[in-house]
Amino acid sequence: MKKLNKRHIIDIGSLILRTLFFLVFIAPLLWLVVSSFKQEMNIFKDMGSLSAFIPKDLFLGNYTKAFQRADLIKYVMNSMFYVFLITLFGMIVNSLCGYGLAKLKVPYSKQILKFIIALIIIPFETIILPLFLIVNNFGWVNSFQALIVPFIANCFNIYLFKQFFSGIPDEFLEAARVDGASDLRTFLQIVLPQSTTVFATVFILTFVAHWGDFMWPLIVASDDSVRTIQVGLQFLFTNPPQLYGVILAGLTFSTIPLAIIFLMFQKYYVQSAASSGLKG
Amino acid sequence: MIHKIQHRFHIAKYQKSLLGIMFVLPAICLLFTFLILPAIMAGKYSFYNYSILKPENMNFIGLTNYTDVLQSKAFWKTMTNTFYFVVVVVPFQSSLALLMAILINKKSRITNVFRIGFFSPVITSIVVISILWTFMYAKEGLINNFLSIFGIPNQPFLTSEKQAMNSIIFMSAWQASGYFMMIFLAGLKEIPETLYEAAAIDGANKFKQFIHVTVPGLRNVIKFVVVVTTIHAFKLFQQPFIMTGGGPNGSTQTVVQMIYKEGFQYRNAGYSSTIAILFFIVIAAVSTLIQKLIKDRSY
Repeated sequence: MKKLNKRHIIDIGSLILRTLFFLVFIAPLLWLVVSSFKQEMNIFKDMGSLSAFIPKDLFLGNYTKAFQRADLIKYVMNSMFYVFLITLFGMIVNSLCGYGLAKLKVPYSKQILKFIIALIIIPFETIILPLFLIVNNFGWVNSFQALIVPFIANCFNIYLFKQFFSGIPDEFLEAARVDGASDLRTFLQIVLPQSTTVFATVFILTFVAHWGDFMWPLIVASDDSVRTIQVGLQFLFTNPPQLYGVILAGLTFSTIPLAIIFLMFQKYYVQSAASSGLKG
Repeated sequence: MIHKIQHRFHIAKYQKSLLGIMFVLPAICLLFTFLILPAIMAGKYSFYNYSILKPENMNFIGLTNYTDVLQSKAFWKTMTNTFYFVVVVVPFQSSLALLMAILINKKSRITNVFRIGFFSPVITSIVVISILWTFMYAKEGLINNFLSIFGIPNQPFLTSEKQAMNSIIFMSAWQASGYFMMIFLAGLKEIPETLYEAAAIDGANKFKQFIHVTVPGLRNVIKFVVVVTTIHAFKLFQQPFIMTGGGPNGSTQTVVQMIYKEGFQYRNAGYSSTIAILFFIVIAAVSTLIQKLIKDRSY
C-alpha cells in the first residue's frame, strides 16, 4: 500500500512537471497567434491576465495592415520559390553524385567521398565573404541565382544519398544491366522508385534549413523584388511604428508554409533526427 | 584481333568511368566554385591587407592580421560572449531535451499531445521567435506581466548587460530542445527494458537506473547531440542581431557578428577573413575535443 502511494506521487509529480513544460513551450506560440487577431489596445490590456491567451476579437485588421506595410505575400512566395529550387536542383545533383560514388566506376571515389565528408566541417560563416565576392563577380546580387546556386550541392546530402544507395544490393542493379539498361536508365527506372525515403528526408531537411536563412539573403537579396520572408519580417519589425498586432500577424502568416510542409513530411524529419543520433 | 578486343575493352572501361564522372561532376563543380574556392580565398585574404572598396591596394602582410585580431579587445569580447553562450546553452538545452524525452517516453495519447507541444517551437524560424521573444521580454511584455503576479519587479531582460545573453540563451533552448528531445526519444527506445528490470531487481532506484542504465545506453546519442549543439551554438548570430543588435554595451556581440560587421559594413575583407579562419579553427578544435572526451570516457 505504501509503495503504491509513492508511485502515485511520482506519477502525479511527473504529470505536473510535464504540464508545466507543456505550458512553457506552448504559451508563447499561443500568445503569438491569439494576439495577431486582437486590436492593439486589447493586446496590451490582456497581457496582465489569462485573457492574453484567449481569443477575443477575431480582428483581421492586423493582417490587412501587415500586408499593406510589407509585401509579405510576395516575400513568402519568393522564399517558397528559392527554397523549392534549392531542394529540387539539390536532389538531382546530390543524388547523382551519391549514386556515382556508391555504384559507378569513378576514379578515386573513396578519396572523393572522404574529402566531401571533411568539407562538412567548414562553417558557412567562414566562407560567406569570399562567397559574396564570387556571387557579386557573376553579377548575381539581388537575383535569385545568388540565393539558389551556391546551395545546390550539399556535402551532407551527398553523404546521405551515398549511404542509401550503397545499401542497394549490386545483384539488383546487375540484373537490370544484363537486360541492357544503361546506367542512367537503371538509376531512373530501378533505383529512384525505391528511394522515396531518402529523397523525402533530403527534401524536408533542406527545406527547413533554407527556409530560415537570414544572413545570406540579408546580404545578397536586399532588393524588394527578391526579398525573402525572413528578411521581410525583420524589415517589418524594425521600421516604425512598431505595432505589436501587425508584426505578430506577419509572424503568424509567415509560419504557415513551413507548418504545412512539416505536417506533410514530419515522419521523415523525425526519422532522420532519430537515426542521425543513433549512428552517433 | 586480340589487340582489337583489348582496345575495345579499354574503351568500354573508359566509357564506364566517364559515365561515373558525369554523375559526380556537377556536384563537384558546384562544390568547388561555392565552397572550396571561397574557403581558399578566405585563407588567402587572412594574410592580406584587403579592403573590398580598394581591391587594387591588396597587399601581402603575413601574419599581421592575426596578431591584430588576437590583440583586439573587441575580438576577445566577442569570443568570450560566444563561449559563454556555448558553455551555458549546450548543457542547459541538452539536459532539458533529455528530461523532456524521459518525461514523455511512454506511448499514450496524452504523451503525444505533450510531444507535439514540446516540438512546436521547432517549426518556426529563428527570425520569428527572435521577434516574438523581443516583445515577450519587453519592459511591459508578457513575461514581466507574468512575473508581477508573484510580486517580482520588472526585469530588464534584453536591456541589461547581465541578463541579455541569458535571455537569449533561454529563448534559444526553448526553440531547439524539442528537436533534440526527438533524438533522445529514439535513443531511449533502443535501450532494452530488461536492463531496467535487472537494475530494479538489484535494488537500484529511478535515479540510479538513470545513471547506470539510461546514460550509458545513450552515450552515442549524447555525443551526437552535444557536438551538433555546440557547433550550432558557436554560430550564434540571428538572435542578438535582431533582439539586441549586439548590445547592451556589446554584451551580446558574437564572433559571427564581428565577421559580418568587419566584412560587410567596414568592407575589410582581410581582417574579416582572419576572424573567419580563427572561428573555423575554434569550431574544428572544440568539436574534435568533445568527440574525443565522450569517446574515451567509459560509464
